[in-house]
Amino acid sequence: MAESNKIPLVSVFIMGKEYKVPSGLTLMKAMEYAGYRYTRGAGCRAGFCGACATIYRLKNDYKLKSALACQTTVDEGMYLVQLPFTPANKKKYDMEKLNIAHNALLKEYPEIARCISCNSCTKVCPQELKVMDYVQASLRGDIEKAATLSFDCVQCGLCAFRCPAEITQYHVGQLARRLNGKFVAPKAAHTEEAVAKVLSGVIKEEISKLKAMNLAEIKEIYKKRSIE
Amino acid sequence: MKLIKGYPESMRESIEKVEKTREKRLKAQYKQMSLEERDDVLNKYHPDYKPEVKRTLSVGPSKGEIVPFEVADLIESYPRISEKDIDLSNIDYDVDLLIIGGGGAGTMAGIWATYEGIDPEDILMTTKLRHGDSNSIMAQGGIQAADKPNDSPEIHYLDVIGGGHFANEPDLVEALVSDGPGVIKWFEEKGVMFDKQKDGTMITMHGGGTSRKRMHSAKDYTGMELLRVIRDEFINLSIPAVEFSPAIELLMDDKGQVAGAVLFNIETHQYYVVRAKSTVMATGGFGRLHIQGFPTTNHYGATADGLAMAYRCGARLRDMDSVQYHPTGAAFPEQIVGLLITEKVRGLGAQPLNKEGEMFVHPLEPRDVESAAFIKECYGAGGGVETPTGMQGIWLDSPMINMIKGEGVTERELSAMYRMFKRFDINMVEDPILVFPTLHYQNGGIVIDANGATEVKGLFAGGEVTGGVHGKNRLMGNSLLDYSVFGRRAGISAARHAKKASVGKLTLAHVTKYSEQLKKAGVPESRKSPMILPEYRGKNVLSRAIDIF
Repeated sequence: MAESNKIPLVSVFIMGKEYKVPSGLTLMKAMEYAGYRYTRGAGCRAGFCGACATIYRLKNDYKLKSALACQTTVDEGMYLVQLPFTPANKKKYDMEKLNIAHNALLKEYPEIARCISCNSCTKVCPQELKVMDYVQASLRGDIEKAATLSFDCVQCGLCAFRCPAEITQYHVGQLARRLNGKFVAPKAAHTEEAVAKVLSGVIKEEISKLKAMNLAEIKEIYKKRSIE
Repeated sequence: MKLIKGYPESMRESIEKVEKTREKRLKAQYKQMSLEERDDVLNKYHPDYKPEVKRTLSVGPSKGEIVPFEVADLIESYPRISEKDIDLSNIDYDVDLLIIGGGGAGTMAGIWATYEGIDPEDILMTTKLRHGDSNSIMAQGGIQAADKPNDSPEIHYLDVIGGGHFANEPDLVEALVSDGPGVIKWFEEKGVMFDKQKDGTMITMHGGGTSRKRMHSAKDYTGMELLRVIRDEFINLSIPAVEFSPAIELLMDDKGQVAGAVLFNIETHQYYVVRAKSTVMATGGFGRLHIQGFPTTNHYGATADGLAMAYRCGARLRDMDSVQYHPTGAAFPEQIVGLLITEKVRGLGAQPLNKEGEMFVHPLEPRDVESAAFIKECYGAGGGVETPTGMQGIWLDSPMINMIKGEGVTERELSAMYRMFKRFDINMVEDPILVFPTLHYQNGGIVIDANGATEVKGLFAGGEVTGGVHGKNRLMGNSLLDYSVFGRRAGISAARHAKKASVGKLTLAHVTKYSEQLKKAGVPESRKSPMILPEYRGKNVLSRAIDIF
């Protein structure tokens, strides 16, 4: 047995095969400790990219749970498998030709009408998003709501795997957000004005003055710059 | 180990002190350092200012430059393939434009090359992991651009140059700041959901070293939101992308131009030959080299492959002596050590504190200065908070955010951070979070001009793989802007070049020549690059692994 000052080991079953790994590791680091070298299933390793969608079951539990492998700690007796890829349907569209009519999302993704409100997508989401609610909002044509509810989606694909209606929720959310950003949200007038100012050439003039300065001069200007 | 709401008893004692000083600190401000004070703390405490962690490059176009050991080892490495291994007469992909790297810069390059009139079918993007697996998608806090009435690109220019210790390339900085407003407008048109007020005004904040509030954000998922949108656009344009197939060597032709690459399918181990009239290098940075043993915020594939490959073709590197350590990497719990805690946490009001709950530095100095001040407090002043694994850290007093900005602001504006800590039973609205500097960004890189052209014909580059834009230290929010500006410019330049270029006979002779130089310099032959992916398998397993299957 390990010495008393060593970190205790736990058993995990990686795709059904038992390995002993130090407790406290993330699922991702536990797989590596056990000898797996990732090609698929690891991306940012920080909870932002959705590469490491994982299905697991705890000892003496019948329930299948979901997680991001990089954001979840191993547990004694855990059975786990990672999903390397989601064969999901993503529509191709030209944003310039779309609109925000009530059926805008339904037109691109008619399968959202097949939603049976089972809530499986919401239950499986490792980001704990209200996935079913944004599918329903998409169906109603409430683009802003669909966009806001889906905003934190890391596009791991677990919802699409779980959905009995074969909806690709995370692609629907993507389109909803783009439509919202482009057509629903008010435009930033000051950005438009700033672009015009750059095009007018005055900025080039101002910057060329700075570029012409020697090191001592520019340091002085930098030190004296006002902070607002 | 018993944890009380995520923290052990030993750390709870220090948290009580933080709580006691909070009321007073809510009204207090810590003054910013003078340039002289900045230099002093950097010289004494910044990991980059230690000469013993670097050496001089002994071969190649930047021979004589001083770089960290880890970078020197990568550059002074033998190629993974030699001329005899690869059949160049059989071309797998014959394209106008090859883009190496599927992060922000590569994606922008592809989109803008298409806008420039290149048929999507004549473009190929190749990427090591999936399209989008990159540091770009992990950026949290925001993107800088001078588009407010009290701001202007020349003010942004000054901030960039001062933050970069006046070592930046002026033409590149000019391009960066001048394109800024246009980039934001373009993202808005593509459907990015920026944080805005009801009338459409962008909600902008300060970052370390900025003199105006010009940080545009999409909660603390800014990088993810931008990348999701441009990747969607890229796919809609039907530009082909080959995933899980990193470039392992650039190809040249008999006229001395870069003319494509050899790709390696990391699943089947087959190689592919790509012939291209223009090649865009967009492989990102080097976080996974773990410079000086630091943990990193970077994605799994950030191994600086592009530096090694471009160098063998004659591309010069610059400012590779300078490494960015982000002041706030997570220091507790152990599972997330080194991961990024966005600068926006400080931007929204959280103060950095020592174990006594005292302020010791302004929250928003430039990143290198802030990092050095944290290291000084932990290892010079004995003010660090110790974790159960013996790591030192600094408190970020996150509960201040909702006290200053209003209830719910942390949960809404920092939902990624809030979620990450909650997963480990820490509520950052109630308790402070522990941080320590973490390896974050490659400040230097391949030399480019303002059009994204390298000094080697046929080779273009954009994003973190390049140098000069940020000098010796990048400011927050300028990396998303960097990839947007120079990914775009590199894509346009590469497209224009491809229209008139012709490729001669393909060769890997440059690789043979470089190997000979290494041999002459006495470089051990066991050293190979590009790295492709870091090695994280357990030591026990590796010590008993045999290669027979």
